[in-house]
Amino acid sequence: MKLIKTAFRSLIGNGLKTWLNVFVLSISFVMIIIMQGILQGWSKQATEDAVRWEIADGQYWQEKYDPHDPFTLDSSTVQIPEVFATDIKNHLIEPILITQGTIYPDGRMQGVLLKGIQPNQQLLEIPTDSLNKVTDEIPVVMGAYMARQAKLKLNDVLTLRWRDSNGTFEAADIRIVGIFKTTVPAIDVGTLWLPLDRLQAMTLNEGCANILIKSPEKEVVSVSGWDFKSTEKLTEATLLMVKTKSIGTSVFYVIFLLLAMLAIFDTQTLSIFRRQKEIGTMIALGMTRKQVVRHFTMEGSLYAILALAFGTVWGAPLFYFMVERGITFPVEAADFGIPMGDTMYAVISPGLVIGTVLFIFIVTAVVSYLPAKKIAKMNPTEAIRGKAL
Amino acid sequence: MKTIVDVKNLTKNFPVGTGFFTALKDVSLQFAEGEFAGLVGPSGSGKTTLLNIIGSLDVPSDGEVVVLQRSVGKLTPKEAAKLRKEELGFIFQSYNLLPVYTVFENVEFPLLLLNMTAEERKERVMETLKWVGLTDKVKSRPAQLSGGECQRVAIARAMVKRPSLVLADEPTANLDSKNSHNILQTMLKLNEELKTSFVFATHDEKVISYLKRIIRLEDGKVVADELIAEPSK
Repeated sequence: MKLIKTAFRSLIGNGLKTWLNVFVLSISFVMIIIMQGILQGWSKQATEDAVRWEIADGQYWQEKYDPHDPFTLDSSTVQIPEVFATDIKNHLIEPILITQGTIYPDGRMQGVLLKGIQPNQQLLEIPTDSLNKVTDEIPVVMGAYMARQAKLKLNDVLTLRWRDSNGTFEAADIRIVGIFKTTVPAIDVGTLWLPLDRLQAMTLNEGCANILIKSPEKEVVSVSGWDFKSTEKLTEATLLMVKTKSIGTSVFYVIFLLLAMLAIFDTQTLSIFRRQKEIGTMIALGMTRKQVVRHFTMEGSLYAILALAFGTVWGAPLFYFMVERGITFPVEAADFGIPMGDTMYAVISPGLVIGTVLFIFIVTAVVSYLPAKKIAKMNPTEAIRGKAL
Repeated sequence: MKTIVDVKNLTKNFPVGTGFFTALKDVSLQFAEGEFAGLVGPSGSGKTTLLNIIGSLDVPSDGEVVVLQRSVGKLTPKEAAKLRKEELGFIFQSYNLLPVYTVFENVEFPLLLLNMTAEERKERVMETLKWVGLTDKVKSRPAQLSGGECQRVAIARAMVKRPSLVLADEPTANLDSKNSHNILQTMLKLNEELKTSFVFATHDEKVISYLKRIIRLEDGKVVADELIAEPSK
C-alpha cells in the first residue's frame, strides 16, 4: 500500500508528462477494446446470420458435393433418401437442389446458380413464400445485391437458360417475385431461388437434391452417401476469415500500444537518470534497492491504472455508442465476401475488457521494470550525489 | 554514557584504475548517545566516506563499524535498510528533498516506510514541522522554498521518526550565514531537547563553532579529537 501511495505521489507530481502518457495509453485501451469489440460483434453477427439465412442447424451434403467446384453439381444431384420423406413433409428437413444457369438481363449474359427450395420452408429466413405466387413465368426470388448487380427489379421478366440432366439446353422466362436483403453473400451473390418442384421438373431431376438443411428439432442420423456438416463446421471458414481480418486490424492498435509503451519507456529511462538523487535519498531513508526498483516499476505501472480510469471516462460513451448504435460501413456486405451487415455492432464482453486490461497492465509493468532494473546496480552514495549513472 | 557508534580500525579503499585509493586508514572512534560532534577536515579527508559507512550506505574494506549494536559490514542490504529506516536520519548538503512531493509529504515519507497509521503520521509530521517553524508551508513544494527552508524540511524529515543518530553531510554548504545559524540552532535545540545524537561532516567554521566535539581528519586519518562540551543527557 505504501508503495502504491509513494509511487502515485511521484507520478502525479510529474504533472503534464504523466497526463500525456496516460492519454496516449488510454487511446490504446479504448482502441483495442473497440476494435476487438467490433470484430467480436462481426464474428457473432456473421455466425448468427449464416445460421439464420443459410445453415439452420447443419446440412447434409451429398458426398460428391463441393460448393467450390461447380463440376460436382451434376454428380452430386441424387435422389433424396427415403428416410427423410416424412421430415421433408414436416419441414424438419429442407432439400436444396443446385444447378447452373444463365440469365439475360437487358440482353447481357450472366451465369447464375439456380437453387430450388420448397416455398413453404421454415428453416431459413429467405422469403420463399413469394415463390407461391402464380405467374405465367417461373417465379424467382433473389438478393438485393444480385438484383442491383444485374440491374433487375421486382416483377422484371427475363430469360433463363439451363441444361437438364440429359445435357439438353432449355430456356424459359422467369419473373422476379421477391427481392430480399441479406448480409450473407452465399445466399445473394449470383443466386436465383426457385420453387424446388419447378427446378426438379426443369432439370428432369424429380425427387433430387444436393444438400439437405436440418431443423434443430431433428436428430442427426447417418445416411449412406450423405455427410452431415454441423453449424460449427459450416461457419468455420467465415470465422477464420474474420480472424484473418482481425490480424490486419490489430496493426492499428499495436502501433498505438507501441507509441504508448515507447513514451512510458522513455519517461522511465529519463526519470531514473534525472532522479538519481531521489533514488539515493530513498535508499538513505530506509528503502532497499529492490524496494526502489519496485517503486519505479509501480510508478510506471500506475500509468495503466490512470489510463484505465481516464479511458473509461472518455471511452465509455463511445463503447455505449458502438454497442447500441453501431458503426455503418460504406462497403457492401457482399464485396467483403463474408457475412457483414451494413451496420456493425461491437460486442464488448467482460472477458474482452478484463483481457485487454490485463494485457496492457503486464506490458506496462514490463516496460516500466526494464529501465528500473538499473537502480539495482546503483551505488547509493553515488546516487545521493546524482553521479551513479 | 552509552556508545552508539564504535569505529574500530576502519579502512576504506576505492578502486581506481588498476589500483585503489585509500579514503580512510585505520580509523578508530566512538560516539556516545547525545553527541553533537563533527568530522572536520578539507575535501578528500574521508569525512563523507566515514559518514556513509556509519550510515550503512557503504561498507568497510577492513576493520569494523558497529552502529547501535549492529556491525555495518555484516548487515544484509535488508538489515542495513532497516537500520537506516528505524534508527538513522540523514541531512544532505543539497537537501535531497523529493521534488514532486509537498513539504508535508517529504517529511511524512520516512513514516510511510515505518507503516504508521495516517493519523499518527499527520500528528508526527505537524509536530516536527512545528519544531522547525514550517507549519505554514505544508503544501509547498521544494521548488517554492528558499534554501534555508529546504534544509529545515530536510531536518524535519531526518527527525520525524525520532532517530537515535542524525548524520549531516555539509548541511550548511548551500546556505547563507543567517540561515546557517538558524539551522544549527534548530539542530542544537533538537539535540538538547530530544537527546538525538548528531554527527556532522563539515569544514564550515560556522558549524564548527556549534560543535561539542571536533574530530579532525586529514588524508583518511584522525589527527585530533577535541571534546568541547559533554554530550546532552
